Amino acid sequence: MAKRIVNTSVITEKLAELSGAASCELDEDLIGALKEGLRVEESPVGKQILEQILENAKISRESRLPSCQDTGFAVVFLEIGQDVCLEGPALADAVNEGVRRGYEKNYLRKSIVDDPAITRKNTRDNTPSIIHTEIVSGDRVKIVLAAKGGGSENMSAVAMLKPADGIQGVRKFVVDTVKRAGGNPCPPIIVGVGIGGTFEKCALLAKKALLRPLGSHHPDERYANLERELLAEINATGIGPQGLGGRVTALGVLVETFPCHIASMPAAVNINCHASRHKEAII
Amino acid sequence: MKKISAPLTDSVVESLRAGDEVLITGIIYTGRDAAHKRMVELLSKGEQLPFDLKGQIIYYAGPTPTRPGEVVGSVGPTTSGRMDPYAPILIQHGLKGMIGKGQRTQPVVEAMKKFKAVYFAAVGGAGALIARAVKSNKTVAYEELGPEAVRVLEVVDFPVIVAQDCYGGDLYVEGIKKYSRSAL
Repeated sequence: MAKRIVNTSVITEKLAELSGAASCELDEDLIGALKEGLRVEESPVGKQILEQILENAKISRESRLPSCQDTGFAVVFLEIGQDVCLEGPALADAVNEGVRRGYEKNYLRKSIVDDPAITRKNTRDNTPSIIHTEIVSGDRVKIVLAAKGGGSENMSAVAMLKPADGIQGVRKFVVDTVKRAGGNPCPPIIVGVGIGGTFEKCALLAKKALLRPLGSHHPDERYANLERELLAEINATGIGPQGLGGRVTALGVLVETFPCHIASMPAAVNINCHASRHKEAII
Repeated sequence: MKKISAPLTDSVVESLRAGDEVLITGIIYTGRDAAHKRMVELLSKGEQLPFDLKGQIIYYAGPTPTRPGEVVGSVGPTTSGRMDPYAPILIQHGLKGMIGKGQRTQPVVEAMKKFKAVYFAAVGGAGALIARAVKSNKTVAYEELGPEAVRVLEVVDFPVIVAQDCYGGDLYVEGIKKYSRSAL
């Protein structure tokens, strides 16, 4: 089959566009979930908070001022068709250049430090980004940019559960992680859950789960039910908007699964704040 | 909705209770992780801070860059807990108020009770809305820290909620208890 040539500079341009859009245009599924949250919230303080969040989304969209000052770590997922031949600057350089341009042009915050544990000096251009590449069939390149805030990322967790812990063990781990997070990750949150695979695979599954639309469900009805039950349990904790008490702690629970080793049952919870920001483009 | 002015006095701090919805007008300072580390290092060496802490409010925030012709970028709160190792020392040196998001730990609560200080929650992720309350913005220290520089902001009717008061009242505990239906 003929190869399709894609110059990586096109990926740079797309990412520069997606960075601005992610920070200022919250998706309709999210706005819908927040409005539904406002309808069911019983706490007066909680209602007031949800109203402010919805008003903030409107101001951000109209004024192009980022909805949140934490415009995130740029986590970039690339699905590259195996019939694509990439030419131009090295892929990682092209991705980072797109993030650099997008964050500069759109006046987004530069939140990355060069060294994690010693100097912690700001790189001043929000790079490097986190890049996940996957080779898939076809001749397209799919780019997904997730702008991931630090506050919610800090509240995420991985557990190497035992097979004997079963589905109850997973439920307890997820709910305990959300309880421990309390108001820190800016509830109402979105909870990405990865079950199975290996230590790193379940974390990636949890992160990828957060890219799914709110209201979507796992294709296996048993796990779809787990998503519904976990959402109900999390919303029964009383944590509420911003952790100040209320009914609406999470807007959705999204579970992804993968086969695993006979000895293992890894599980990961990746928490996202209510400003779940991700945008995609296909080349 | 209570209206208060910043900087704060002891009598204002004493009048606030967890759960109160408050509008703040006046002068506040921004500061987050890296600035707190530097300020506490200065205090431990007995040196002067870049601004006088007496009666002040520190807002845990690092805004997006200001666009041309505007006052400030998006400017919502960051997670306060990361400042907990530093906050008691600043409170001891006169800090009266903190604005952020998320619960504080016991050493901060104890310092708030002992030295009369208050912790306000602003709505995390509402940075564009909060920017409308900011009327002026000037960097006063640590410009090289970029988003983590210390800024002085003039705010009008900045909407916050008293989350933890100077009597140990805690909306994170009381609010969650009120709405919890957990079986787990």
